[in-house]
Amino acid sequence: MLSVTEHKEIEFSSELVKQFDEIVTRYPQGKQKSALLPVLHLVQAEYGWVSPEAMDKVADYLQIKPIEVYEVATFYTMFFLRPQGKYVLEVCRTGPCCLVGAEKIMAHIEKTLGVKEGEITQDGMFSWRGVECLAACGMAPVLQIGPEYTFYENLTEESVDKLIETLRNKL
Amino acid sequence: MARKLLLENINVPGIHSFDVYRQNGGYRSVEKALKTMTPEAVVEEVKTSGLRGRGGAGFPTGMKWSFLAKPEGRERYLVCNADESEPGTFKDRYLMTHIPHLLIEGMIVASFALGAKTSYIYVRGEMMPQIRILERAIAEAKNAGFLGKNILGSGYDLELYVHPGGGAYICGEETALIESLEGKRGNPRIKPPFPAISGVWACPTVVNNVETIAAVVPIINDGGEGYAQVGIGRSTGTKLISASGNLNKPGVYEIELGLPVEEFIYSDEYCGGIANGKKLKAVVAGGSSVPILPANLILNTINGQPRLMSYESLADGGFQTGSMLGSGGFIAFDEDQCIVRNTWNFSRFYHHESCGQCSPCREGTGWMEKVLHRLEYGHGKMSDIDLLVDVSKKIEGNTICPLGDAAAWPVASAIRHFRDEFEWHVTHPKEALERNYGIANYANPLPKFEEVVGQN
Ligand SMILES: Cc1cc2nc3c(=O)[nH]c(=O)nc-3n(C[C@H](O)[C@H](O)[C@H](O)COP(=O)(O)O)c2cc1C
Ligand code: SF4
Ligand code: FES
Repeated sequence: MLSVTEHKEIEFSSELVKQFDEIVTRYPQGKQKSALLPVLHLVQAEYGWVSPEAMDKVADYLQIKPIEVYEVATFYTMFFLRPQGKYVLEVCRTGPCCLVGAEKIMAHIEKTLGVKEGEITQDGMFSWRGVECLAACGMAPVLQIGPEYTFYENLTEESVDKLIETLRNKL
Repeated sequence: MARKLLLENINVPGIHSFDVYRQNGGYRSVEKALKTMTPEAVVEEVKTSGLRGRGGAGFPTGMKWSFLAKPEGRERYLVCNADESEPGTFKDRYLMTHIPHLLIEGMIVASFALGAKTSYIYVRGEMMPQIRILERAIAEAKNAGFLGKNILGSGYDLELYVHPGGGAYICGEETALIESLEGKRGNPRIKPPFPAISGVWACPTVVNNVETIAAVVPIINDGGEGYAQVGIGRSTGTKLISASGNLNKPGVYEIELGLPVEEFIYSDEYCGGIANGKKLKAVVAGGSSVPILPANLILNTINGQPRLMSYESLADGGFQTGSMLGSGGFIAFDEDQCIVRNTWNFSRFYHHESCGQCSPCREGTGWMEKVLHRLEYGHGKMSDIDLLVDVSKKIEGNTICPLGDAAAWPVASAIRHFRDEFEWHVTHPKEALERNYGIANYANPLPKFEEVVGQN
């Protein structure tokens, strides 16, 4: 248990559990712990983040200790340990992207959304952060949006404006 | 046009689908290997080909395969390293997106050669679209009888799965990748034992890069000798180069090893020169981990020979005046780029990505980031420059995995070749924030070689 206060039990949907079950079959008998990363991805796609309650539940499901889930969820940068905006804009901030203007794009996103890196907009729609090289340096600058990690390449201030507008108007 | 062995059919419409891929000669190497060859013969062909690992280290693949332990009654595993996270490298994403069946085909042949009955492709978690593409390709291949039980009636069984990472550069290191596949934090293991003896779930394991596995397909189709005729010297075959930075045509190019660097940068067949009519200042030729070189030294070796895109030529001159082919992440810097800023950016990356197991790496990368930040933002002291060199030396060679070296080399090489730009940041703190130091000292006119070397 990570948070002692407000610890609510949660229940994974049978749909989700069915997907977990399939994932576990990919690994040898008794090595179900290997399913941890793919299972956490599914949890995050469902809830938007990985809560302490969800981690405990995952531990239950995989028959491992809760600490084994916490230490993994905190190690890997893709897992959000607190709620985020509905859309999280993850902009690459590494060298090759910066050579062609990634820093300007991040400054523009900060200005347009009116929130600092890691914060959520008032309406709960957006948050953003800089991330390390996304293996798309030839199409730089780039950003991605989970949970499907859709990719937006060759960003300009105009294309970012358009993207934010489109997401805002999408129900 | 140069010879292409991997991307020959990349522009065929629908090549990502099984049917089109098959109609264009796909999966021939599986038929040839499983129906007419023994696993040992496949390993021999790969040895003959001279293929070297394309993930960065350049270790001969055939030799690596022959080290795999084969104890009775124990499973063996092949794990494909598709964690692609080295800054400047994006060839594996490209290959998996556009021609996923090439990787699947290579995986089948390589798994057969190694005697693996279950194999995994470890794809970095952010590449969710590529994970979907691969899963679909695997289903198609299975449907056509190229995966599953008794493939093509050969009696060989193989299951192939995709495993997503969670966003951690260190999981590209093969023992960290194995830990990660076991559902743990990506902390590299102490070697020995090597994965060939004890890898995933303590079973003998081979880890190979996406491009390495893909190269097995032309090797089996054309024979190891045929493959070895392409390229130059011990750099056989072709290599996918990810070109980024200030180029007219950044992108992924398949080159025959031995291509002159100058041709790669300036010819229209490849990068088409430096963008916006600017001049070239520097290049990082093999992904962020390899030493940066000023324009003159990337175009020519210290002896005045044209520098070639090959393992040997890029390393010519050692770390004094050379670099490495690495992963083939070719990053070009134009005259407006600030070397101090980029070095700080890279050191932030390594600090962020250090797994934290070894003190020299965990603490040293943090110090380097801090000192470089100070220099870049005009609060640096002259002594900071030597302090950086000192810290980088104390990391190098003193860590469990090569991430420590990878963090140290970019800093050491930037100072080696661009020391005056670091000094200028100290002597002109205000100006350094407003304008770039320029390239008068580095390129076009090319500096005298002695000047560059003399700084060490
Ligand atoms: C910090 C670090 C990161 C690495 N990242 C990758 C990577 O993203 N992809 C890769 O194929 N190899 C990577 N490697 C190299 C692997 O450890 C390993 O050498 C390689 O996967 C072996 O495959 P190959 O022989 O086919 O090149 C990395 C190594 C280190 C030390
Ligand atoms: S060198 Fe760095 S990344 Fe590698 S094991 Fe040590 S602390 Fe971890
Ligand atoms: S540096 Fe941004 S994608 Fe590689």
